[in-house]
Amino acid sequence: MTLAEPPLALEALHRRLGITDDELDAIRDRLGREPNHLELAMFSVMWSEHCSYKSSRPLLRTLPTQGEGVVAGPGENAGVISIGDGLAVAFKIESHNHPSAVEPYQGAATGVGGILRDIFTMGARPIAVLDALRFGEPGSARTRHLVDGVVRGVGGYGNCVGVPTIGGELVFDPSYQGNPLVNVMAIGLLEERFLTRAAAPGPGNLVVLFGSTTGRDGIGGASVLASATFANQDASKRPSVQVGDPFAEKLLIEASLELIERGLVEGLQDLGAGGITCATSETADRAGTGMRIDLDAVPRREPGLEPFEVMISESQERMLAIVRPDRLDDIEEVCARWGLPCAVIGRVTGDGDVVVVVEDDRELARIPAAALTSDAIVHQRLAAPPPRRRAAPAPGAPDPGVDLLPERGMDPGAVLTALMGRPNLASRRPVYEQYDSNVQSNTVVPPGQGAAVLRIKGTTKAIVASTDANQAVGALDPYLGAQLSVAEATRNVSITGARPLGVTNCLNYGDPTRPEAFWQLSEAVRGLGDACRAFGLAVTGGNVSLYNESPLGAIAPTPEIGVVGLLDDIGKLVRPGFRQSGDAVLLVGEGTAGLAGSEYAALAGLASEDGPPLLDLDRERRVQAFAREAIDRGLLASAQDVSAGGLAVAVAESAIWGDSGRGLGAALRLPVRNAPAVELFGESPSRIVVSCVPRHVPAVVLLARQHGLPIEELGAVGGDRLVIELAGSGATGAAEERGSRVADALDVPLSELRHAWDNGLNRALGWEA
Amino acid sequence: MTVRVGVVIFPGSNRDIDAVNAIEIAGAEPVRLWHEQASLESVAAVIVPGGFAYGDYLRAGVIARFSPIMRSVAAFAADGGLVFGICNGFQVLAEAGLVPGALLRNRGLRFVCRQIAIAPERLDSPFTHLVGERRPLRMPVAHGEGCYFADPETLDALEREGQVLFRYVHDDATPAAPGDPGNPNGSLRAIAGVSNRTGNVAGLMPHPETASEAILGSDDGLLIIRSLVESAAARAAGVRATDRQLVVAAR
Repeated sequence: MTLAEPPLALEALHRRLGITDDELDAIRDRLGREPNHLELAMFSVMWSEHCSYKSSRPLLRTLPTQGEGVVAGPGENAGVISIGDGLAVAFKIESHNHPSAVEPYQGAATGVGGILRDIFTMGARPIAVLDALRFGEPGSARTRHLVDGVVRGVGGYGNCVGVPTIGGELVFDPSYQGNPLVNVMAIGLLEERFLTRAAAPGPGNLVVLFGSTTGRDGIGGASVLASATFANQDASKRPSVQVGDPFAEKLLIEASLELIERGLVEGLQDLGAGGITCATSETADRAGTGMRIDLDAVPRREPGLEPFEVMISESQERMLAIVRPDRLDDIEEVCARWGLPCAVIGRVTGDGDVVVVVEDDRELARIPAAALTSDAIVHQRLAAPPPRRRAAPAPGAPDPGVDLLPERGMDPGAVLTALMGRPNLASRRPVYEQYDSNVQSNTVVPPGQGAAVLRIKGTTKAIVASTDANQAVGALDPYLGAQLSVAEATRNVSITGARPLGVTNCLNYGDPTRPEAFWQLSEAVRGLGDACRAFGLAVTGGNVSLYNESPLGAIAPTPEIGVVGLLDDIGKLVRPGFRQSGDAVLLVGEGTAGLAGSEYAALAGLASEDGPPLLDLDRERRVQAFAREAIDRGLLASAQDVSAGGLAVAVAESAIWGDSGRGLGAALRLPVRNAPAVELFGESPSRIVVSCVPRHVPAVVLLARQHGLPIEELGAVGGDRLVIELAGSGATGAAEERGSRVADALDVPLSELRHAWDNGLNRALGWEA
Repeated sequence: MTVRVGVVIFPGSNRDIDAVNAIEIAGAEPVRLWHEQASLESVAAVIVPGGFAYGDYLRAGVIARFSPIMRSVAAFAADGGLVFGICNGFQVLAEAGLVPGALLRNRGLRFVCRQIAIAPERLDSPFTHLVGERRPLRMPVAHGEGCYFADPETLDALEREGQVLFRYVHDDATPAAPGDPGNPNGSLRAIAGVSNRTGNVAGLMPHPETASEAILGSDDGLLIIRSLVESAAARAAGVRATDRQLVVAAR
């Protein structure tokens, strides 16, 4: 065996590649010798945080991964869950944060491309994209540049490949100023018999690379970009950002699905982070085989590429297929028809090693596949909670200094109007109108009104999807923040009538070598696991993005949760907008005190270290079960969850979306038990606002009681104003007695709320309407 | 016998899925026509669907017109065959000179996807005869280059010759001027769709094929697809497609 270079000056090189001294020792251990330069480069990408999950793996093992209908879970390219009729959905969420910070258009575009490949690699046709985006101050020039580029990038890619972008999130928080988050979720639909695994079985089988050629773009994307904090921004790291070609991806989708449906491949893996190194070692390791790669056979887009560049390039839109030799002709025919270059670059072997050779069979590298993947290094990181500036009240406990704010003379109607126009609450139309949301003719509920709904052609079923993350509470209490994120995402799905099938997650956190950041991550994983177990849901996959820090500080911990649900009978679908005048409006669930982390607190400029509201996972589960049962029995006309902005915003949205978007007001009377601000704008979870025809009220009330839930009839749908009268010991007639100027009723024309809601985002971003 | 309607598939087409779905709902048989083939497989009409043919990196539709299938489509059109280009298909037909005018970048310089309304200017065309009356039809647009443009003389001539097939309209069916939210791309004279002089080739930016089922938000577009299918059937039965009375009689 000949190795390329003698181990000269390794000390300097490994550190430049992001490998620590300890890790170099571990590499020597696994090889039983010094690695050469090429091998070091291969280890550097595969042992990067991004590819190896070396800090998070011990935590992720604690998550529930088994559940009803789960046919593929973590470790595969995407989670797959059976939905009956021989069909299954594949779904996963992934981050592309750092590339998007450096080059927003290409960073976001390749984020979409990468997650789509994870979906069709499984044999599923991508049917939807959701983008969860987080930025800093909307008024800053840098944020505006990033928002514009990221939104164009998501649209530019998704629109071209013909996959509708049907939902997601857009959140502004100062903590993202130096480090925006671009998380993209994709959903695919497959016939279960076509489920394909990313494994390389059968020594002697051919390794075929097809799709785009290999170039110098994206060298070190996983190691340099994704797995380090930003010391100084931008230009120097731009060469590490990949460049997307959605047209090539579209061809890749069609060719890959054809190969799968014709049974021509034994295994299929996309090339993403880590390029050829990752695809070959992972597929070999999953099958317990090895692979011999002929470097000269890799089609290139430019001459003079170094071996390490070919092995770790993250050039986009490439696939690796494991193929029986007798099927090669068919593979070549399919690729030629779709205009895709295709080359046999190696063979599956039985020795467990990934071997890289060039002309005359000269070996440049030989590494056990497992050493690069399943046997990669794992770090036990230190976790420590941050010191508190002052003792926070327990969750759910009233905080008198904060909760009583409107009584300082605020008009609740003016507060509501202001909230509706807040960058985080206003209509997302200016963004989602840049995305094709209806291509493929499946979109039943387009973006902008709660969870997105897609019908499944040829059945009565529908897929319902939502992404949610609560970073505001997460910053105060990462355990609670993660639980709230799962609660909200599943609630958004349940209130359409759909049953949540499973959870995918994208955990966005800071530098794991910093004990506080690692504590946040470990608390979040604990919260995620507890919530999923409480709801009986499996976590079927996801992604961890660490090092989300810049000189401006670390991001608020952000556990992005993606949930896919199944509605068996789309005829029963319930939407969040009020349906008709005269319907009764009811509140299911009950709030607790605590305004911390709320949009109201942000608007009022309250310190964010006070108590957040309480979450009772069992009550949350019952609220969702109630919603699904009530909808299944045809009792409800609308269902809307109480989340950001609180009850008043929830009702205002139902009114604006009412009567199919024409608008329908309501006159409500709200019992006040806590302070008015808490009742109107508090973000206590596990509450939904439903409407129904008056004759169904008794049945709805009975059903809520059967689920052990408080329920209150608030009033009726109708008119062109939103009126919420505050009633009860906390409020009625109290304004005068208190001598304050606070109104006892919120009374705003719908047109005013709509105007604020329609224009808020454009105004915040300085976009033309 | 079921009418066979061709759907041209370029690499990069993506609304072919929607077109096939709508053709099936309209009771016809969709026939996929691959860009490299020259044969139209005896279809009675051709839809050039939306998407990004060949990636559209240079300019929308500019490469697609040189494909083998488009040469056959042009010959089919010259022979009086019904050809309907939707969105990117409209751009391809315009680039190929099969319909007049050009589609420029949207006035707002951004891709726009939203529900809009169009109204037919002609009720006697093979693409609109089932609409029945001049009224708003709800359907989505989804494009980055949909701003209809031609010089004033050409626009006047189009109006005179009755080649303006659809306009973007308000709820009361009045035209939505450029800059109006109802005119999503700044199209001159609110033109959403045009036909060639002989009326057998038409292009339309919005997506009637996606607005083909009530569950998708609107089925107004189905009237256009069904008009096309019936006209194709009548033509297949040897009737001139542009003659409304004969078309109606053939129903």
